[in-house]
Amino acid sequence: MRFLSLANRNIKEIYRDPISTVLGVAMPSTLLVLFVSISQNAPIEIFTVQVLTPGIIVFSFSFLTMFSAILLSKDRQSAFLTRLLVSPLRPVDFILAYSLPIIPIALIQIIICYTVAVFLGITLDLGILFLSLVVLIPIALACIGIGMILGSLLTENQVAGAGSLVIIASSLFGGAWMDLNMIGGVFKNIGYALPFAHAIDATRAIYKGAGLSSIVGNMYWIIGYTILFLILGILSFRWKTRG
Amino acid sequence: MDNIHNSDYSIQTVDLTRKFGNITAVNRLNLTIKKGELFSLLGHNGAGKTTTIKMLCCLLKPTSGTAIILGHDIKKEADSVKRIINVSPQETAIANHLTSYENLQLIARLYGLSKADTRSRTDELIELMGLKERAADRVEKLSGGMKRRLSIAMALISDPQVLFLDEPTLGLDPQARRNLWEQIEKLKGNKTIILTTHYMEEADALSDRIAIIKSGCIKAIGTPKELKAELSGLQTMIVRGCNLTDEIINNIKMKYRDVKSLDNGIEIRGEKLVFDEIVDSLRSDGVKIEWLTMKEASLDDVFLSINEEV
Repeated sequence: MRFLSLANRNIKEIYRDPISTVLGVAMPSTLLVLFVSISQNAPIEIFTVQVLTPGIIVFSFSFLTMFSAILLSKDRQSAFLTRLLVSPLRPVDFILAYSLPIIPIALIQIIICYTVAVFLGITLDLGILFLSLVVLIPIALACIGIGMILGSLLTENQVAGAGSLVIIASSLFGGAWMDLNMIGGVFKNIGYALPFAHAIDATRAIYKGAGLSSIVGNMYWIIGYTILFLILGILSFRWKTRG
Repeated sequence: MDNIHNSDYSIQTVDLTRKFGNITAVNRLNLTIKKGELFSLLGHNGAGKTTTIKMLCCLLKPTSGTAIILGHDIKKEADSVKRIINVSPQETAIANHLTSYENLQLIARLYGLSKADTRSRTDELIELMGLKERAADRVEKLSGGMKRRLSIAMALISDPQVLFLDEPTLGLDPQARRNLWEQIEKLKGNKTIILTTHYMEEADALSDRIAIIKSGCIKAIGTPKELKAELSGLQTMIVRGCNLTDEIINNIKMKYRDVKSLDNGIEIRGEKLVFDEIVDSLRSDGVKIEWLTMKEASLDDVFLSINEEV
């Protein structure tokens, strides 16, 4: 259980740099309030709280990529990782220690977005809450996996650029605040070739009362990508540290 | 490999080699380092020092050959090797948002120390490294010297039998460097220490033995005294004064093979320099000598002469 000591350090490292954490948590809920207030003046379905909330939550997870990638690339560049690699930690300890501390941030993002959404008029029950977590936790893990890939391969400066691309890709191609079906064409095809739009669609369907059986197709995409990104993250880390 | 292990040695390398593509960073390195010895590896950037240390720390796999650390083969028994070594990397390699206490406790826990041992070792090292007053501050607020001392403390917390110090005083001011030397001196004899440095006076002051590496091969090895004795005839004379024109300097260059121009002066290196002859020659050329010194070969000279060899 040595990974717990390192995970504990990583938690402190993230939470003691509050500006980025607050940005990753506060910005999505602020956007939610902003877009919903637009819909009150100009009634557009995609800006209603019911439709917008899943999009904002999935968008907020792209910040997890940044947190995970920056933590790892910083440790690589400062040679702190070298010190850790000389210790008797096993590869699996590193993977767990660099991914687990990010999950509480995802949960905080979900809780804050739901709290704001309830104030804005959304109706949630325990069933919806549980089912939406079944969709949202895997996509959060997928974003952590992308972070591990970027953090293993790129420098801290490069991570800032690549992480921004992930944020843009998830917001544009996820269909968080634009209807991919309405845009259609290549844009829609790219969107549905990535996991973000599937996660948003599945969560929206759950809000409308759909059960797990109705979102199986979306779940294949989400879980498939999650496994892929996590495996690539582990391989990238091992490749960069194996010497 | 068991048959080559000698229990008097901490480290034995056997044709240790590492290649990166076509480049051979470390070439058939054969070294023996005794228990409790402070052994320095000197060499230019890219000479192979850090690659050697990385292989000995099991961070980099040798292309061929191997090394035995206290009876454990770095290729076959990396887990056992990692339990008995520790490293203070070239960079300070500390967690900036943690305090000194937290950094030390983290490493102690990673090496499996109990809570009680962690606490006592942390207190002991905080004291030894002179970090007590700032131990509860986040390390991002510490000076460069304190960070370096913490880095070494982190390498010591697991009580390693073999300690690797990769350029431990890099970037420190002279006072902080001297302070760190004192801390390293205290460790001598108890642990086998492998030090890499670019500072010759540091290697001279601290090392029991030194190896000078060039292009991945050992070019010289011995105690600082033995290495300097190899250049026993070499002397350096530095003269500062007025009227040292280019013409006069060129005349001197014709007589001695190694002459460097300095600000208002010259440095002459050579074997068995005749003090009076040089002074008289300069004075007869009209140079008004203001200051001069003559010194025997230093480790710097040994290092330079080895690296000048083609």
